[in-house]
Amino acid sequence: MSGYQGKKNIPRITSDRLLIKGAKIVNDDQSFCADIYMEDGVIKQIGENLIVPGGVKTIDAHGRMLMPGGIDVHTRFQMPDRGMTSADDFYQGTKAALAGGTTMIMDHVVPEPGVSLISAFEQWREWADSKSCCDYSLHVDITEWHRGIQEEMEMLVKDHGVNSFLVYLVYKDIFQLTDSQVYEVFSVIRDLGAIAQVHAENGDIVAEEQRRILEQGITGPEGHVLSRPEEVEAEAVNRSVTVANQTNCPLYVTKVMSKSAADVIAQARKKGTVVYGEPITASLGTDGSHYWSKNWAKAAAYVTSPPLSPDPTTPDYLNSLLSCGDLQVTGSAHCPFNTAQRAVGKDDFSLIPEGVNGTEERMSIIWDKCVVTGKMDENQFVAVTSTNAAKIYNMYPRKGRIAVGSDADLVLWDPEVTKIISAKSHNSTVEYNIFEGTEVRGGPLVVISQGKIVLEEGNLHATEGSGRYIARKPFPDYVYKRIKARSRLAELRGVPRGLYDGPVCEVSVTPKTMTPASSAKTSPAKQVNQPVRNLHQSGFSLSGAQIDDNIPRRNTQRIVAPPGGRANITSLG
Amino acid sequence: MSDRRMSQEEDCASLLSKLGSDSPRPRMKYGGMFCNVEGAFENKTLNFESFSPQSQRRGNTRNRTEVTGGPGPGPGPGPGPGPGPGGPSGQTMVFPSSFNKKQGDRLIIKGGKIVNDDQSFYADVYIEDGIIKQIGENLVVPAGVRTVDAYGQLVIPGGVDSNTSLQAPQRGLSPADDFYQGTRAALAGGTTTIIDHVLPEPGTSLLVAFEQWRDAADQRACCDYSLHVDITRWHEGLYEELESLVKDKGVNSFLFFMSYKDKYQSSDSQLYEAFSVLRDLGALAQVHAENGDIIDEEQKKLLFLGITGPEGHVLSHPEEVETEAVYRAITIAKQANCPLYVTKVMSKPAADVIAKARKKGMVVYGEPITASLATDGSHYWSKDWAQAAAYVMSPPINPDPSTPQYLTSLLACGDLQVTGSAQASFSTAQKAVGKDDFTQIPEGTNGIEERLSVVWDRAVSTGKMDENEFVAVTSTNAAKLFNIYPRKGRIAVGSDADIVIWNPKETKTVSAKTHNLTVEVNILEGMEFRGVASVVVSGGRVVLEDGKLNVTEGSGRFIPRKAFSDTVYKRIRARSKMAEAHGVPRGNYDGPVHDVISMTKSVPPTPTTRGPTCPKTITGPRNLHQSGFTLAGAQIDDHIPRRSAQKIVAPPGGRSNITSLS
Repeated sequence: MSGYQGKKNIPRITSDRLLIKGAKIVNDDQSFCADIYMEDGVIKQIGENLIVPGGVKTIDAHGRMLMPGGIDVHTRFQMPDRGMTSADDFYQGTKAALAGGTTMIMDHVVPEPGVSLISAFEQWREWADSKSCCDYSLHVDITEWHRGIQEEMEMLVKDHGVNSFLVYLVYKDIFQLTDSQVYEVFSVIRDLGAIAQVHAENGDIVAEEQRRILEQGITGPEGHVLSRPEEVEAEAVNRSVTVANQTNCPLYVTKVMSKSAADVIAQARKKGTVVYGEPITASLGTDGSHYWSKNWAKAAAYVTSPPLSPDPTTPDYLNSLLSCGDLQVTGSAHCPFNTAQRAVGKDDFSLIPEGVNGTEERMSIIWDKCVVTGKMDENQFVAVTSTNAAKIYNMYPRKGRIAVGSDADLVLWDPEVTKIISAKSHNSTVEYNIFEGTEVRGGPLVVISQGKIVLEEGNLHATEGSGRYIARKPFPDYVYKRIKARSRLAELRGVPRGLYDGPVCEVSVTPKTMTPASSAKTSPAKQVNQPVRNLHQSGFSLSGAQIDDNIPRRNTQRIVAPPGGRANITSLG
Repeated sequence: MSDRRMSQEEDCASLLSKLGSDSPRPRMKYGGMFCNVEGAFENKTLNFESFSPQSQRRGNTRNRTEVTGGPGPGPGPGPGPGPGPGGPSGQTMVFPSSFNKKQGDRLIIKGGKIVNDDQSFYADVYIEDGIIKQIGENLVVPAGVRTVDAYGQLVIPGGVDSNTSLQAPQRGLSPADDFYQGTRAALAGGTTTIIDHVLPEPGTSLLVAFEQWRDAADQRACCDYSLHVDITRWHEGLYEELESLVKDKGVNSFLFFMSYKDKYQSSDSQLYEAFSVLRDLGALAQVHAENGDIIDEEQKKLLFLGITGPEGHVLSHPEEVETEAVYRAITIAKQANCPLYVTKVMSKPAADVIAKARKKGMVVYGEPITASLATDGSHYWSKDWAQAAAYVMSPPINPDPSTPQYLTSLLACGDLQVTGSAQASFSTAQKAVGKDDFTQIPEGTNGIEERLSVVWDRAVSTGKMDENEFVAVTSTNAAKLFNIYPRKGRIAVGSDADIVIWNPKETKTVSAKTHNLTVEVNILEGMEFRGVASVVVSGGRVVLEDGKLNVTEGSGRFIPRKAFSDTVYKRIRARSKMAEAHGVPRGNYDGPVHDVISMTKSVPPTPTTRGPTCPKTITGPRNLHQSGFTLAGAQIDDHIPRRSAQKIVAPPGGRSNITSLS
């Protein structure tokens, strides 16, 4: 299933043939009117007056927009969390995605620390292959860091078609990596040609704030947002941008939830950093005021990390940034839990499992907030819901474009239809929908996945297990062209100097080697004693050849210059 | 220290008791507390002993000087940063002859233009016992007073250098210039107060290190000094030491390192905890802002590439790394509601982050230093190793040549507030310890002597700031932040007689041949600066005149600083009151609760080479059934405190029936 499927003559299966007539085809660069013919799940012809075999099922689009199916870059179906599993599994989740016009999802593999990445990956593949109704691909989360992980990452990239890894700057003592580790991970990722993703929040601060807020006796879901102020998100975004810059690694920030975090990304892009930001359905469609709802179950349904910003202007702001290109990709971070599961944290907000719905609503919300309001046109809409993601993750033009040879994942979009989102009518299993009561304009009329009609006249015909795994190659052009150019530029050169032949001060290994202080400390650094390097190991002679040159080490060297006096420095230029 | 406080309390009491009772007339003649002595322009004589608070205090200090003071030329302790001297007794004083003992300690500065941070005016200044006693024209002073002529020059408060390291050793090497040479150079440049950094080895007692520094400075310092204490390893056991330092030792500022991994570096959690403690103690948190993790990796990379010279230092400390840490420190300080002071602002983006945070209302202060205001980092690529190594400091001097100008502009517009020198000089032989490995080069540059001239030349001569702002950034702001105002940082009656007569017309060329330090390389070598200190008065004594230094080793006094500096903490206090978070009052959730089996999850400490995070406190799923929560009314087994598992009540996947509890 890997690679780009060309126009090969494969034995024909009649049911797989489909002709759409009179559609306005919308790609990210242009829109044009044409007919489109697909066969075997691949687009075979585009144009007018196509010559097609007889008996082909035909849909008349009547000039409506036909777009590449949406790509939801961020889902967490069936994700295990504290012995529970998120409420929607791959079947329910992908069904909901298809109902909303999304024909491909990218799910996150979350290996428990201590579990091999490969076995976790295989586990997810198994789940998804048996249940998924649409094509899918997998990101792998790095939840701990050691040498073995590096080899596994290499295998995943080379043999398993994974080209993106997520690191956590939060979930202290569980998933969180230190800056040093993040630096190493990013270096590895760059060498492998993959994309580094971050969950950006400062875990240290969050942990402290959680403790403080619980101490104050605040245990409800409002404590979740109080303990994760948006500065903490912006700080972590800023830090990961810095590390990515240093390592010359492309960065992808998942779940951009606040204005300040989005600003940091926008600014970094202006400075030339290769960084991408992913707002999600929730941050584009609603705000965090509901955390203060009197209804615990409702408030808990909004719990996700980073939290929805309580600032009610946030969705509008993020939509604007998405429209102007400062943010590029949209996901849903779909990972809902039902109320009984959430209630695990009824006395302590830090135990509420995190995640909101959004995979079904994503396309409609963006259409409603961006296209209807005139912030973007239909081509940009295709870019942010599908094409950009396909480019960044190296699935373009197989996905994310309507072109001959591309996969037949298509959406016939009706900009006129309106719909009120409700938990009663949605395809997810959870009791609460965070967009409950929101009226959206724009929705899919017909959804075609792998050349088959899966949504028509409001009826969903998803087939469990029909989704294929989409392997992704490393070094996506869209991302790595610039990175490669920079690697070439970034070579560092030292200054050629003669040997310094002045006096050198004596360094005695002082009584400084401190005894590990005898105190009940909470902390850091298993005191690696920075050893004073013996400089005389180097092949340096103090002033010409000396008798004892053959003796490799001297422990100390008397200072040559008189103390306090001006030493005579030879200028070696 | 306690007796000093006692006397201050007495002062306060007597001051308050007299308030409003003995003011012969309204005092607001020259606009505020610390201005000219009222009536100074009228030639008259008043009975001196009748002014109670002032005279009582003088009596106190006088007595103490006589008991404790010996032959030392140092004047007795000042009145402390107590109540303003412009208080009830704003009158010109003439001293009874019985006080005419110490001739040498009396001084009148005539004809200069007095420059404070708020205004400039022409007046004479009369000094006695190291204290400014009178300001005005036609002062009545005892006979035989020494007169210093300041015609055509500016009379400014002596500089306060907020950042020096004259004692802190690096890799066992003591700085080339210690308290004696350092303060001598400071005085030569017009700085009369330094605040030095105490650097305890990680794991050793802060108090012990503090006493060590005090001993060294008391013996050697030639000008008044105060001390910051660096926290090289944070743990909760430090709280008592901090409290003792703040309450008994007169320290109100502590520095944290975000750099120097595995040595001094503090993690974010530690910073948060420490900042919360400092806020409660009323101290000011300082940070050395650089991301130590990234630097460590970059250093490894550069050494691996074979770059061992001083250029590796700046390559491994890019400005983003500084900026990132400043941003992070501000975020943490904001969360902990603690005032923050960023030492050594070396790059444009770091300064921008501070400026932006201030615009958002953060209580944060930035300190550019002599080096970052005067020069750039191009010298790291010098072919002369010794020259290049002399510039090594952290964060490094920025290679962008427009940096000094930019920082000066930000200093002028108030986005940055304080200037220090970060003086820490090491001789070339000491620097040469790192001749084969730039990471071993001891870090630090000179700057203590040139600071005022640099700011004058770069900011005042170019018209970016006026003389009042100059005083603010070189002296007053630091005095206010560190709570030694108005004792330091202002020319007012009752303030310490630390005064500089500044000649704005003279120029001076910096050179290692003529400077007052012992190091062989001056990083400002060959630069010409307009603005020179022509006379420096420290503690009431003239220490610089006609280009000659006349300092006394050990004459510097320790200046204790009280907690809760008004400039800083008024806003913090208001915010603490505002910031209380409130929960939402809800009924108990009485719906179904999912069964949590605490298996799989309790992660065994994985055998990995984890970096220096905190020890794993396993945050396993909390047993919720410990809480006094009953599932649906009273049940038979309610008295059993724990149940290890609870079957789920709602059918899996089905819609459970949630009661809305509003």
